[in-house]
Amino acid sequence: MSLQEFWDYLVLGVMLGSLYAVIAIGYTLVYGVLQLINFAHSEVFMLGAYGSLIVLQLVSPGDNPSVMASIGFVALAMAGSALFGGVTAYGLEKVAYRPLRRRGAPRLIFLITAIGASFFLYNLAGKLFGRDPLPLPEMYENREIFSLFGAGVNITQLLQFATAVVMMVLLDLVVNRTKLGMGIRAVAQDAEVAGLMGVNIDKVVSRTFIIGGVLGGVAGFLFANLNQVSYTMGFIPGITAFAAAVVGGIGNIRGAMFGGVLIGIVETMTVPLLGDEWRSVSAMVVLILVLMFRPMGILGERVGRAA
Amino acid sequence: MSTVDTSQNLTPSAAAKLRRTAWYRTERYTRLWAMIALGLLLALVTGEQGNTRDIFYSITHTLTGVNLWVCLGATVGVWALREFAATPIKGAVSAARGSAAAAAGGPVGSLRARFQADKRLRLGAYAVLLVLVLVVPSGLERSWQTVLVDQIAIFALLAIGLNVVIGWAGLLDLGFFAFFAVGAYSTAFWTGRLPVEPPVVLNNFWVIPVAVLTCLVCGVLLGAPTLRLRGDYLAIVTLGFHEIIYLVAKNADGITGGPQGARLIPDFSIDFAGIEYTWSIKPLPYWYLLVFFIVLVIILFSRLEHSRVGRAWTAIREDEIAAAANGVNTVQFKLMAFAIGASTSGVAGVIFTSKYGYINPEVFPLLQSILILAYVIFGGMGSIPGVLIGTAILVWLPEALKDWVDPSDRYMYLGALLVVMMIYRPQGVWPSRRRQRELKLAEEGSGDADATSEPAGGKN
Repeated sequence: MSLQEFWDYLVLGVMLGSLYAVIAIGYTLVYGVLQLINFAHSEVFMLGAYGSLIVLQLVSPGDNPSVMASIGFVALAMAGSALFGGVTAYGLEKVAYRPLRRRGAPRLIFLITAIGASFFLYNLAGKLFGRDPLPLPEMYENREIFSLFGAGVNITQLLQFATAVVMMVLLDLVVNRTKLGMGIRAVAQDAEVAGLMGVNIDKVVSRTFIIGGVLGGVAGFLFANLNQVSYTMGFIPGITAFAAAVVGGIGNIRGAMFGGVLIGIVETMTVPLLGDEWRSVSAMVVLILVLMFRPMGILGERVGRAA
Repeated sequence: MSTVDTSQNLTPSAAAKLRRTAWYRTERYTRLWAMIALGLLLALVTGEQGNTRDIFYSITHTLTGVNLWVCLGATVGVWALREFAATPIKGAVSAARGSAAAAAGGPVGSLRARFQADKRLRLGAYAVLLVLVLVVPSGLERSWQTVLVDQIAIFALLAIGLNVVIGWAGLLDLGFFAFFAVGAYSTAFWTGRLPVEPPVVLNNFWVIPVAVLTCLVCGVLLGAPTLRLRGDYLAIVTLGFHEIIYLVAKNADGITGGPQGARLIPDFSIDFAGIEYTWSIKPLPYWYLLVFFIVLVIILFSRLEHSRVGRAWTAIREDEIAAAANGVNTVQFKLMAFAIGASTSGVAGVIFTSKYGYINPEVFPLLQSILILAYVIFGGMGSIPGVLIGTAILVWLPEALKDWVDPSDRYMYLGALLVVMMIYRPQGVWPSRRRQRELKLAEEGSGDADATSEPAGGKN
């Protein structure tokens, strides 16, 4: 691998990693407050992509939109994906998880419910929107705008990276600086005591799901912008992002960001070294290696303690 | 002090107004909104198939069609019945139940007690069941026979194995199907159908012990590095393990045959003491073979459940630290659970591969690992009859739905069923009694119902 190739793939890896990081945050937030692997988060991601597709098909950008129009389309698509993601996550919590939480069901039951919900949602999407993959309508003319260490960066990649970074910064601010964030951290640390201290646990959990859903939905849009929209698109990125969350230390928001970028880089670097077909294997091998030596992930777990 | 005493200028009627909730937020009407939402969802679920040429097709058709009104009518009707006619219905139901219980409850209860007391009666019942299991399938249609053999029986074997890992030892394994792949590829290897040559080509029957051994070793190999992990961490690592096995099968062309997999795997055959018989593609002979192995495994495992090993697993599941403190070698028993659980997939893998005649990586998708976990939980983890019933129902359901709904929608209904089931009957169709008690205790807030209740590395 030449040095130039190294930089090329590193840039690609960081871009992909930023996307994984955003999805991983969705897993980690929910895990933080409920200690639940939200398997259905990959469907939130997928429905977010469909949200942007629906909005874009409704406004149907024509050929060669102006710069302002392009920005508008991107913003609309993003809003659509955020809306779909947020609503799906909210509904999921309300319909599937809240009854279980009320009853104090063991976590395995949550997991199976999540799996069931995931099956239901992705097949429902396949039924409603058709089962062939669809590209997003073109919102802008994609071209290379600058190069980083000799690696070209085009608008799509920049959009992806910049959005991911902005969302992560915003989320970090929300969790660390706002009252809602304090509530999230309190519930993550000890839900029972937080309840006694006057935190409305239902509200906090519900809003945590919405935040995770919005992030996941927008990530879905960014992913679809790079690839395509399909009803099965959530599964593999979902699992990889979950692995990223675990690598960073599940429940730890900065850990999820770190893990996401790490897994993104490892996956991308595998392509020139071993070949494209070994990508997911490398992510899983990293996961297992990390857990063997640091069973709690690199940065350790828990929203309440580490964020 | 500038505290405003609000009670002074708040008249009782104003206070009452503040306390009052708007009518649409009262419980009765929140339930109505929920039912309307359910009706909408139901209409979408049962509506027409969408297509990618016009992604709005299905939604607009549903929203303008008759189906919407039928679904809304049904759900709102249920709401109205429940809200306004609950008392008479409840009275009638409890009266009916009372008379039914009076008619049937006594005999059923005493029958159960007699079953538990009388060993001969129990064995007799098992024998009748076995005869039924052996005789009934020959009366079924060919397609159902195939479902029974290729799916239900194979998955039943797998589910019994997974039940050891998750139901008894409480280790959350999301990559169980990978062992099945190991068993299948061992068959292909030992019958000489992979690019790498085996040292000797074995008859399929001899492959079974070899495959079981391979799966045992794989179980230990997976278990060893992950023993420090608990609960959710174990889940993702096992998931990763499956993904690795799958991708190795797919990509290591020189060893596993790559995406083409292995073909022309020979059938089971006996040529021993004058008996010569070959299992061909007919499902029934395989059914008898599978029933033999299932019964064997059930007998072995139920002996195990009530042995020292089984009790050690239960102890680990309920509280690992307490188990270790009481002298249970947790490492050894956890490894054992992984290995023993994996061994049934060896058998299943060999039989499946011989029956099918070919394998490729697409037979072993990650989704199957997750599905099989759902079978075990659905049936009632920890209980062998429960696991069998759960597998039978969940495998049968998509096949049965094939005639009623669009085949590609089947898993949607399966998912919905899982969610509803977990909300209303989390212990499964036929739970083990111990598990039922654990769940009840957990819901009352005393004790944990599974080993996944604590984060990895313990609470810190």
